[in-house]
Amino acid sequence: MPRLLGVEIPADKRIEASLTYIYGIGPSTAKRVLEQTNINPNLRAKDLTPHQINDIIQAITGNKMLIEGDLRRELQSNLKRLQAINCYRGIRHRRGLPVRGQRTSTNARTRKGPRKTVGVIRNKEAKTGKV
Amino acid sequence: MARSLKKGPFVAPDLLEKIDKMNTSGVKKPVKTWARRSMVTPDFVGHTFMVHNGKTFISVFVTENMVGHKLGEFSPTRIFKKHGSHTAKVTK
Repeated sequence: MPRLLGVEIPADKRIEASLTYIYGIGPSTAKRVLEQTNINPNLRAKDLTPHQINDIIQAITGNKMLIEGDLRRELQSNLKRLQAINCYRGIRHRRGLPVRGQRTSTNARTRKGPRKTVGVIRNKEAKTGKV
Repeated sequence: MARSLKKGPFVAPDLLEKIDKMNTSGVKKPVKTWARRSMVTPDFVGHTFMVHNGKTFISVFVTENMVGHKLGEFSPTRIFKKHGSHTAKVTK
């Protein structure tokens, strides 16, 4: 199991696929990296020579791609900024509701999570007419 | 859809004028505005705007992070109602 850029340990899959195990690298980025470095995407990750691994690392860091921790931190800081300035998007993030204007009357379950039944908390005295 | 880059950002001309005047004179006063569609420019930083939300004016103190957003984003037009919260108010 070769280690790429610190923590990444892709298994013995094709490198095209195993590169996508890195957070921030998807199928298209993986393809581009391999094209740049002239590596056959069908090679297994374990069959890579140290030289080729070096090439891949250089292609990723040289293009200033944000991966793993750096990328996560950037996303977090973007979120924090929106919430700190109290803008509409920040408020929607805080409430856990869809941010881009989707309907919330129905659906929006990805943001809202599993359905919670909410009832009206009624004042007991209101019913007996004591108020 | 994003705005065409050719046009550049939209900033309400009257706001720009007012801010310009305040920046040169050095007096800072909250600016009442209905221009929710106006972009926040770097000149606005440190000023207070009273942004209309359709009913009242909500005071927005512009910080550096807000540059590039629209004024309306800081003045919510809807009230978030929870179940039971308004009934509790009625009984009070």
